[in-house]
Amino acid sequence: MSFLELNRVSKRFGDHVAVEDISLSVAKGEFISLLGPSGCGKTTTLQMIAGFVDPSAGAICLNGRDLGSVKPAKRGLGIVFQSYALFPHMTAAENIAFGLEMRGVPRAEREVRVRDALAMVGLDGYADRYPRRMSGGQQQRVALARALVIKPDVLLLDEPLSNLDAKLREDMQIELRQIQRSIGTTTVLVTHDQTEAMALSDRIVVMSKGRIEQIGTPHETYEKPASAFVSHFLGKTNEFPGEVDRSAPAPRLVAGSCHWPAPAGISGPVTITVRPEKVGFGSESDNGLKARITNRIFQGNHWLFQCETECGPAIVVRQNAGETQPVEGENVRLVWRAEDMGIRPGGGGR
Amino acid sequence: MSGSASVTAAQETAAPASAKPERSGARAPWPLLLPAFILFIAVVIVPLAMTILLSFHNWGQYTGIQFVITLKNWQEIWSDPYFYEMFARTFRIAGLATLFAAIFGAPEAYILNRMRTPWKGFFLLVILGPLLISVVARTLGWALLFGGNNGLVNKALMTLGLMDSPLPFMFTETGVIIALAHVMMPFMVLSVWAALQRVDPQIENAALSLGAGQMTIIRRIILPQIMPGVLSGGIIVFALSASAFATPSIIGGRRLKVAATLAYDEFLNTLNWPLGAAVAVLLLIALVLIIVGSNAIIERRYSEVFR
Repeated sequence: MSFLELNRVSKRFGDHVAVEDISLSVAKGEFISLLGPSGCGKTTTLQMIAGFVDPSAGAICLNGRDLGSVKPAKRGLGIVFQSYALFPHMTAAENIAFGLEMRGVPRAEREVRVRDALAMVGLDGYADRYPRRMSGGQQQRVALARALVIKPDVLLLDEPLSNLDAKLREDMQIELRQIQRSIGTTTVLVTHDQTEAMALSDRIVVMSKGRIEQIGTPHETYEKPASAFVSHFLGKTNEFPGEVDRSAPAPRLVAGSCHWPAPAGISGPVTITVRPEKVGFGSESDNGLKARITNRIFQGNHWLFQCETECGPAIVVRQNAGETQPVEGENVRLVWRAEDMGIRPGGGGR
Repeated sequence: MSGSASVTAAQETAAPASAKPERSGARAPWPLLLPAFILFIAVVIVPLAMTILLSFHNWGQYTGIQFVITLKNWQEIWSDPYFYEMFARTFRIAGLATLFAAIFGAPEAYILNRMRTPWKGFFLLVILGPLLISVVARTLGWALLFGGNNGLVNKALMTLGLMDSPLPFMFTETGVIIALAHVMMPFMVLSVWAALQRVDPQIENAALSLGAGQMTIIRRIILPQIMPGVLSGGIIVFALSASAFATPSIIGGRRLKVAATLAYDEFLNTLNWPLGAAVAVLLLIALVLIIVGSNAIIERRYSEVFR
């Protein structure tokens, strides 16, 4: 049973198509991320759900009710903006109370709920602070409390963590996830940060140029990217040109000096994709790509190798588990398990 | 010319190498300030001091200005209700003109700020355009529209039979207030406009998503944030209106004097310079007190929120 449903939604600004024919259904209590580079239409999609932008075509339904004719003020959604958009002339408590006041919640109940909301985001004792006197992280928490205190049907997060520094962002990700789990609000997050999307969401919607590229769990989108765009956008990927040779008695997939049994249903030139952390170093006798290490970078918990293979450049990531690693200039064989390899018909490029 | 420039450049490059680079750097601004400082003393401080001094001199119908120190002019202003009326009118007109400028200017700036790009620039120019025209010309425009029986608007209204007699505009306080509010409007719009630029563009959407209606958003969210702009615009408009000369002298004429036109008349018609100087100094003192006072109140009121 889908709670929030986008049915073939499009948005055009003049000649420019910002969002094209998007369909998406979000279950109640689900945390979903709209992930994509800037200009992919993710923010426009969020604004259409919020009601700040009217769709050019299609319908958005919440809990079986068409939102088309419902004004933004009546949709009952909680929104956290990228800039937080706190009211600078009101204290933290007044900011949070504003939505309750608009709903005519009596003062006594308002005070209790504001106090609870402040406690939920870990800001007890900050009730009388003005936003300008709070840090970015604290302002962010106030914005979250303000959006959640009205008990919204859906919580919309528009790049909420992008203005925080890296360490704080990680902490907030964990906290945001915990809060969302504990109160069970259906949440739609817009972000361009793939690690953020993976860390937080139940499902990720990868968008590009106004279209949906893939919808899936973080694991699915990473391990089984539906398109070249997705595999490039989510983490790093090695790509090698290969060919499926069906002329031999046993059809096989060939790339450089190595070969695997041919996958079913594909022939001709293909592109082989494999994640850097799935690649290992093998010996001369192994079935692997001939390569030479051009650069070795130590990054604490892992090593990053840049290699020049017989089929073009590649990167390899190895855990720093205490093993001896090859050095720069060394000739190696790059090996990986057949099931870790993605095969896409067509030659190189995306 | 080029010789001196190269010397300066050589000194500059040599300066960091010298033993006390910080001290020479700290002294550098003072000579640079000197020209402006001399100009300021010559054209502001000295005339001001002379005017203040002048207000303590004596004046007689047949003797002219007598260079003695007396409080006669100040006593005259203090004891004659004519001057009370004059100053009361001046500040009443300035206050009401400020009020009207705020009532019309603030919404004007808000609407302007919400316009789309090509129109925004165009209408900003329309509002600021009058600043490029002399105040006298703009005020005379009002006189052309409403001046007596021959004013365009009055003539039209009477020809159409809507009015029997011309609208009273010239030589009335209402007329001066309306004309002043119009002349000062750009300053208010600019000031509120500047305040609006600091408002987060998403903030209205935030309020909207929390269930606020458009009027509530303006009243509870936008107005408090642009209030400092309205108030500082108000101070500018008030100060300029209270000391305005051209508009009150054209619309108000001799019949409706304000402090500035009074001082002018004392100087040029009665030739009682000391009394005129006393009126001018009193206007200056009153304005400084009002502006400094209201500025302090505004800063205290909004210091916590806007820093």
